[in-house]
Amino acid sequence: MQHVSPIREPLVTGGKTYHDITEDVCRQVEAKPNARWAAALAVALVGLAIFIYSVYRTLWYGIGEWGLNKTVGWAWDITNFVWWVGIGHAGTLISAILLLFRQKWRTSINRAAEAMTIFAVICAAMFPVLHMGRPWLAYWVLPLPNTFGSLWVNFNSPLLWDVFAISTYFSVSLVFWYIGLIPDFATIRDRATGPIARRAYAFLSFGWTGSAKAWSRYETVSLILAGLATPLVLSVHTIVSMDFATSVIPGWHTTIFPPYFVAGAIFSGFAMVLTLMIITRKVFFLENYITLEHVESMNKVIILTGSIVGIAYTTEFFIAWYSGVEYEQYAFINRAFGPYWWAYWSMMTCNVITPQLFWFRKIRRSLTATFIISIFVNIGMWFERFVIIVTSLHRDFLPSSWAMFSPTIIDIGVYVGTIGLFFTLFLLFAKFFPVVNMAEVKAILKSSSEVKHHHGAAATMHATDKDLNSNTHRNE
Amino acid sequence: MQDRIKYWKGIEELENAPEFEKHAHNEFPEFLPVNEVEGGESSANGKTRRRDFLKLLGFSMAAVSLASCEAPVRKAIPYLNKPVDVEPGVANWYASTFYLNGDYNSILVKTREGRPIKIEPNPSSGLTPLGTSPKAQGALLGLYDTNRLRYPLIAGKEAKWEDVDKQIKSRLANVSGKVAFVSSTIISPSTKKLIDEFGARFSNFEHVTYDANSASGLLQANGGVIPGYDFSKANIIVSINADFLGTWVAPVPFAKQYIQTRKVDADNPSMSRHYQFETALSLTGSNADVRVPIKPSDEAAVVTALYNAITGQGAASGSAADAKVLAAAVKDLKANQGKALVVSGSNDPGVQAMVKAINSALGADGATIDTAAPYYVKQGNDAAMIRLIDEMNAGSVGAVFFYNANPVYNHPLSAKVVSGLNKVGLKVSFADRVEETAKFADFVTPDHHYLESWNDFEPKKGFLSLSQPAISPIFTTRQMQDSLLVWSDSKTDFYEYIRSNWRSVASGDFNKFWEKAVHDGVLENGSSLLKVTTTTASASTSVKKIQPAAIEAVLYEKVSIGAGEFINNPWLQELPDPVSKATWGNYVAMPRLMAEEMQVVQGDVLKVTFANNESIELPALIQPGQANGTVAIAMGYGRDLEAMPVAKGSGANAFPIATVADNTVLYTSGVKLEKTNATSPIAQTQTHHTIMDRIVVQESTLAKYKEDPKGVTEYIRLATHEGPAKPATISLWDDYEYKNHHWGMVIDLNSCIGCGSCTMSCNVENNIPVVGKAEVLNRREMHWMRIDRYYSAKEHEEKDYAEMEHPADNPSVIFQPMLCQHCNHAPCETVCPVAATMHSSEGINQMVYNRCVGTRYCANNCPYKVRRFNWFAYANNEKFGFNEPMNTDLGKMVLNPDVTVRGRGVMEKCSFCVQRVQLGKLEAKRENRRPKDGEIVTACAQSCPTEAIVFGDMKDPESRISKVLARQQGERAFHVLEELNTQPNVTYLTKIRNLA
Repeated sequence: MQHVSPIREPLVTGGKTYHDITEDVCRQVEAKPNARWAAALAVALVGLAIFIYSVYRTLWYGIGEWGLNKTVGWAWDITNFVWWVGIGHAGTLISAILLLFRQKWRTSINRAAEAMTIFAVICAAMFPVLHMGRPWLAYWVLPLPNTFGSLWVNFNSPLLWDVFAISTYFSVSLVFWYIGLIPDFATIRDRATGPIARRAYAFLSFGWTGSAKAWSRYETVSLILAGLATPLVLSVHTIVSMDFATSVIPGWHTTIFPPYFVAGAIFSGFAMVLTLMIITRKVFFLENYITLEHVESMNKVIILTGSIVGIAYTTEFFIAWYSGVEYEQYAFINRAFGPYWWAYWSMMTCNVITPQLFWFRKIRRSLTATFIISIFVNIGMWFERFVIIVTSLHRDFLPSSWAMFSPTIIDIGVYVGTIGLFFTLFLLFAKFFPVVNMAEVKAILKSSSEVKHHHGAAATMHATDKDLNSNTHRNE
Repeated sequence: MQDRIKYWKGIEELENAPEFEKHAHNEFPEFLPVNEVEGGESSANGKTRRRDFLKLLGFSMAAVSLASCEAPVRKAIPYLNKPVDVEPGVANWYASTFYLNGDYNSILVKTREGRPIKIEPNPSSGLTPLGTSPKAQGALLGLYDTNRLRYPLIAGKEAKWEDVDKQIKSRLANVSGKVAFVSSTIISPSTKKLIDEFGARFSNFEHVTYDANSASGLLQANGGVIPGYDFSKANIIVSINADFLGTWVAPVPFAKQYIQTRKVDADNPSMSRHYQFETALSLTGSNADVRVPIKPSDEAAVVTALYNAITGQGAASGSAADAKVLAAAVKDLKANQGKALVVSGSNDPGVQAMVKAINSALGADGATIDTAAPYYVKQGNDAAMIRLIDEMNAGSVGAVFFYNANPVYNHPLSAKVVSGLNKVGLKVSFADRVEETAKFADFVTPDHHYLESWNDFEPKKGFLSLSQPAISPIFTTRQMQDSLLVWSDSKTDFYEYIRSNWRSVASGDFNKFWEKAVHDGVLENGSSLLKVTTTTASASTSVKKIQPAAIEAVLYEKVSIGAGEFINNPWLQELPDPVSKATWGNYVAMPRLMAEEMQVVQGDVLKVTFANNESIELPALIQPGQANGTVAIAMGYGRDLEAMPVAKGSGANAFPIATVADNTVLYTSGVKLEKTNATSPIAQTQTHHTIMDRIVVQESTLAKYKEDPKGVTEYIRLATHEGPAKPATISLWDDYEYKNHHWGMVIDLNSCIGCGSCTMSCNVENNIPVVGKAEVLNRREMHWMRIDRYYSAKEHEEKDYAEMEHPADNPSVIFQPMLCQHCNHAPCETVCPVAATMHSSEGINQMVYNRCVGTRYCANNCPYKVRRFNWFAYANNEKFGFNEPMNTDLGKMVLNPDVTVRGRGVMEKCSFCVQRVQLGKLEAKRENRRPKDGEIVTACAQSCPTEAIVFGDMKDPESRISKVLARQQGERAFHVLEELNTQPNVTYLTKIRNLA
């Protein structure tokens, strides 16, 4: 048994029992959809409809429907791609790295964060395909054996590395997430009353028995997957950054990009997790599981990564000046003072200045402040990618080709649409899947939670607690 | 009661057969073979069995779905009898001539399977052996213009030629009053003779030559001809408002002459000095060493000052132009007796008489002016046209013919032309479509396209050339000359007419002589055929006072549009103006100072009110170099005609700027400008105009070059531990090994005048789509070859980027043709995920369209931004209907069958005309030899009128390119962005200016 410091804040509050956890988490799965959820889904579906329409226009008429031009060949498409991939990072970080570091506070948020990862990667993966001139040939980027002669993919191209990075990331994340869901599905299966629910969850739980052997395997697989996913947290965004870093374009051709992108990704990912968690805990009454302690921990990560990103911005400027390269210097001066200055200063304000407010404990622990700042960070990180991509391209080497980019309604539609897609998926997940990992929360309940006091005596772990390992006893 | 006529369903009903009776009441009588289909014999009881039904169902489903996937049927009809000279897949070349309104080019027409698909310069020509004008390249598309008339019209209705001929002949027989034949300048000796013969049948006939942009004043001062200017012999060139490289008189021959004085190397470090005094920044002014902006009202004063200073008559004063520059010009001119040339674009005979006197005083006659061989390319007589308009209004004209003349649209007295036309009994137009003047014609008898016609030309005395049909007429049109022959009851056709006319210059066997002449396209043995009415040169130097106005406007001809002839040509519409880089429409070019005063920014729509109180609305374009207090508007736009759908909505008609003064048309007048609330963006292909102090295009001065030829070009060195090193010596990559050929290109910035002929030629050769104004505004034009044009910036502090962005008010201009640099270390090649762009074993950076998935990573990573993406389907897409070469069946005839038409979503770019390289190699291989230098030429190099572009094999030490590179290495040869170590196969030569 683990010793718990009396001064450390409890991870689960409200003196929950095992049974309470099951009840609290399964409630929204088993109950009728509540009005707030339905309203949110309706809004998300509108977004999804916008997405479908914009994608139809893009595919039917061509990329010309977007605002790109001969000089700016990527803009919102790749901005959105990097933004979504970045958002996904928090999920993996929480579930994999924090698992390896035995950070117990992760247990109540990892499920939702991983779901967010998967949905964000789905949104992200839309763009590399959609941005192609001939998306129906997208499979050509895979090294498939073919009858085209000696035709093969170009392993020099960072875009190809992207293909591998993103697909690996997505599959590992998906498996990791799903393995974690299995015991909880079994719980829901066991409680299910309706025949459809019972069958569906039975199928989803892969015949989970809850035997000690199953648990042991579960733990092992989790550890292995965490080990696999951990390098991915670093590698995916490193490779995404190489799309830019290996090019010759001033503002892209920067060796600082890999760490800077990874920090940025975690930064934006945690902001998105916070945005979602603050809503979810409210909507599904999970305040006792996702506590202020969680919010504060994540805010600390945000200060750290936000500061790394801030230093990266400054370093870029310094190096541009120090390099003595004309084009590099201009690229950075143009970022800050050129026609896209507003994008640059939005990025600076949102990413560098606002997170510094978290040095104040009060702000760190204020849900409202956290929510607002998390939105700021989300916006700022979108602008960061926009600044890198568009302001570097629009004025590169030959002034004769300098051009401006302005988005069309379809550009906006695709972006807003992926947000719709993301929330549609997330809301469906939140309704039909357990948003908190019950099994793992139960595992920490006795060691790091607030304990309810009965009759003045401290409660201890009772072997008679009827919900202990409830899912191992089908008939309970 | 009336007997009703009885109809039978068939013979069965008539016979009333019992079988028929039986079926008569069925809705579907027995004749329908329903049973057979549904089961027929195979079924026991004649009903369809389940299995058969399923079979049939399956078959129909499969058939329907197959039919829906089936590719549209395209018919290819093989030759039943192969024409003698048509070899499928092999091009034929015909020597011919393109001439329109002064733009003369002796050409070769490339035909494939009987279709003309490309125009090339005729190397046998003494006048235009090197290249062509962009118009000559683009005019090809006019052949396949679906809006051309396909038949003659009588009173606007389709008619038969016989009827037209009968009616015209009978009306001509009864014509009372004057018969006038109005044409633009005709340099065809046979046509002129024919018109004269045609006119001889009438008691009162006049052939009026009317040029929309006339050189009447020049002709008057020089006795009816244009002096035989020879820029190649001039050390000092002073031009006052004459755009002789772009649009004035004979730009292509002039460019060739001019550039001979501009090519320099260290052995011969001398070049001409070119002064330009002008109002609008013209193509010629952009090339000048010294340029002074002047108001139109000061033009005469500048010439007077020169005149006074050079001829010594009166004091050298009274000029408003920069007195210092004028003094320098005078000094230079005087020091170069016999090697100086002064030209003026003024249409004022007084000014031209002074110019003539200046040239005489400078000893130009016989030296820089070939007095024995004047030019005939402009013969327009303003006075004669104005007189005709008066006569028409007086009702004394009985018949009028219009050939290549459209005075209703472009004469300053347009309203009087219209009222006059209504009083003329017979009006015949030879226009190829119902344009403004043809609308008033009783008969429109459409002329052939020039590529369908026989004709002869004499642009300069002693330089004869021919044109021959390269295709049989597409529509039932008839050549003007043949029409005249028919109407004068002649039995011969125009071909025979030319032949007999040419007998006078033939020597030896005529058939042999003729065959050779047709084959060569030119005859330059000094014999002359053209009869030009010469007059006594007007020596009066009294100038027509141009009243200074608050805002003086000039009307100028745009390099690609002419006087409006090419406004329906999508290629030429999209060819950017060499200076402003604007496409699709005209605009009010105004100087920065005026714009600031009026609080106008680029794209604000201005209301321009002309002297005659008519007004038009056009957007403003801030034009550096425009003289303050003046604006310039291009002619030829604003033609809203049904027969010109491509031109719809492009620009407004600025011809009312031209005013008549004393029987001469002056292309300038005062206008009023008012700012409206509207804005209308101008589609420019380049929107940033200064070089930002970057070393991407290099220039120096002749003085420096003489002093140290190795000091004019800046070579970037990278810092290493061993000291500064050439970028190419520090490399991550292995170099390619070129075993056979290594193709390369050298572009001499001193020779490039920026005309855009290369761009046009590339467009035609490589099937480059036209994307239209909206897409140019979206910065998506597709040109593979572009000409970057940079203005020098205002004086600025070092690193003051905001200031650097502003061009100087009177900038020096530099042109840089920019195309794929075919880098040996190409940034595009490494980033393509599917290896769709790769390096050839001969140094060409290749684009594999079929493999491209369209990620655009290559375009992003290209430092030269020369890659072009197919944002939409430009072919077979009615949204791009104006892109005629890819959207009409007829227009598609112009496509080069050797080059793929790219589909949607594919990247494309310059291929170094790989189809030409392959062809050259194959032909050499067939003859078992190596390709000879000069055999393989890219389209851009071939059409360059100044030989600025040299293409060749860098592995061949004897090739021209190798020699140029060896000669210029370390002196003027440089690579753009060398520090990136892309190692381009395109090399540039530093521009040298001969500053005063």
